[in-house]
Amino acid sequence: MDFASFLIQTLNSLQYGLLLFLVASGLTLVFGIMGIINLAHGSFYMIGAYLAFVLTSATGSLVLAVVLGIPLALAFGAFLEWALFSHLYKRDHLEQVLLTYGLILIFEQLRSLLVGDDVHGVAIPAFLDASIQLTEVMSYPVYRLAISAICIVLAVALYYLIQRTRLGMMIRAGNDDRGMVEALGININMIYRVVFALGVALAALAGMLAAPISSVFPNMGSHVLIISFVIVVIGGIGSVWGALVAALIVGFADTFGKVLVPELSGIVVYVVMAVVLLWRPEGILKKG
Amino acid sequence: MNANASLIPKLVALAIVACVPLSGESFYIEMVGKVLVMAIFAMSLDLLVGFTGLVSFGHAAYFGIAAYAVAILSPEYEAASLWYVLPASVGLSALAAFVIGLFVLRTKGIYFIMVTLAFAQMAYFIFHDTPLGGGSDGKYLNNKPSASIFGWEPFDLTNEVHMFYFVLAVLVLVYLFLARVLQSPFGRVLVGIKSNEHRMQSLGYYTFRYKLGAFTLAGALGGLAGFLYAVLSGFVTPELLSWHESGNVLLMVILGGMGNLAGAIAGAFAFEAMREIFADITKYWQLLMGGVIVAVVLFLPGGLAGVPGRIKRALQGGDAK
Repeated sequence: MDFASFLIQTLNSLQYGLLLFLVASGLTLVFGIMGIINLAHGSFYMIGAYLAFVLTSATGSLVLAVVLGIPLALAFGAFLEWALFSHLYKRDHLEQVLLTYGLILIFEQLRSLLVGDDVHGVAIPAFLDASIQLTEVMSYPVYRLAISAICIVLAVALYYLIQRTRLGMMIRAGNDDRGMVEALGININMIYRVVFALGVALAALAGMLAAPISSVFPNMGSHVLIISFVIVVIGGIGSVWGALVAALIVGFADTFGKVLVPELSGIVVYVVMAVVLLWRPEGILKKG
Repeated sequence: MNANASLIPKLVALAIVACVPLSGESFYIEMVGKVLVMAIFAMSLDLLVGFTGLVSFGHAAYFGIAAYAVAILSPEYEAASLWYVLPASVGLSALAAFVIGLFVLRTKGIYFIMVTLAFAQMAYFIFHDTPLGGGSDGKYLNNKPSASIFGWEPFDLTNEVHMFYFVLAVLVLVYLFLARVLQSPFGRVLVGIKSNEHRMQSLGYYTFRYKLGAFTLAGALGGLAGFLYAVLSGFVTPELLSWHESGNVLLMVILGGMGNLAGAIAGAFAFEAMREIFADITKYWQLLMGGVIVAVVLFLPGGLAGVPGRIKRALQGGDAK
């Protein structure tokens, strides 16, 4: 592998890992804070991608689609938390698995009813539709760099939100001890709703950003869901920074796995997970 | 355990199912045969979920590994011996469950659910991405295994009626075997782990070994179901290992009421009946299925199996809680 292709694969790994972080961070927060296993989280990624497709077709611009799509995703998340997930907090994990599995069936079928089962492409915004020439034959698309940049900005914003704001303090406190937070007079149910809506919006945004690269297709959420599970397991449940580290590990393992051992590329990520489990059954960073 | 009191309905149900081949309709014989296979699969998962308290979301892996094993081990142009491919494929599933169990049983709760799912997905990709079992196209089992022993052939699996009764006999044997296992000291420890693992540990049980034993046994029996599925349908695809299959079998166990072997069988029948009925009503049957699942969780904690108890309490006029 020469330097230029190594550079390209490294940038791809970063971009893929950072995108996965957007999905996994919401998942790990919902696990850690609410104790809920949410199989439907991958569907939010799928819904985001389809929102990007539908809104881009309607408005003619992906940027406009994202601007319109994020409030929609936030509202959708808050609604789901109110209507369904708020009833699950005291149930056991099995019932959570069931309900969210049922939701996947519903979301996929609605997607099929509303948009159909065809694969669709989404156009890259014109001002990002360019490539940087690396060598005479190899170049790197600006859009992928833009995705990485957006994800880094969001990761920093998330860090600020959780570590430096009052809301973040409440979220961290809820992660440690729900009863104590309630005793201090904080409305924990409102915190849950905000966190859940945030998780849905992050996953949907990841889907919107990925839509031009991966195109939009049925069941696109399930692969992302399972990879996000792996990330949460590697990173440690409830740990956003664990999720970031794990997402980058998975991004590199998957991308370089595809280049170096194409036939085994599907399982490289799971092997990494198995090794981490042997080494630290609770994940790289424990919750906190 | 009033096993005797409930024996008569079970025998009646068994007799009714045993009459299915009398219809002479290939369609029904094969359909009910497949449901019986799923019932065996559901019982194997119930050992983990209902009796040991281990919510495995990757049970389809063991089903699929044994199914692929038959297809791969059978020679292309002649029938393999049943007495070789059956133990070999079930053994491979058991081995896979043992090795995966060593990893996944180090985790608990949500982790366990996710990690079992992730390992099943790994098995899925092995069959999906490598040429081992025909890749994403799957593989045909051209010749069903032959049951002949030194030239004597007790039954013929290419005959659909023989095949049906073979599956039914395996189902009864698995049921009796698991019922016996659960009565044994080993089974008692599993139930003890479900209700309180720390208590069992402080009583001096090394619970990891018991859980690994249960995980391996469940994998082997799930493999037995997968073996029967491959022989019955004559075709295997990576989708047998997909997480939708793991979800469906979990649903069967829950529909039937966890921790109840006969319930797991009833759950398999209820699930397949629901799927058939919904598919008759609309091609968007998943929407109805998903809606029913969500409604059951929200409004009927305890599953369909809890419904008779709720009605009873309601009739007695007391507080329903």
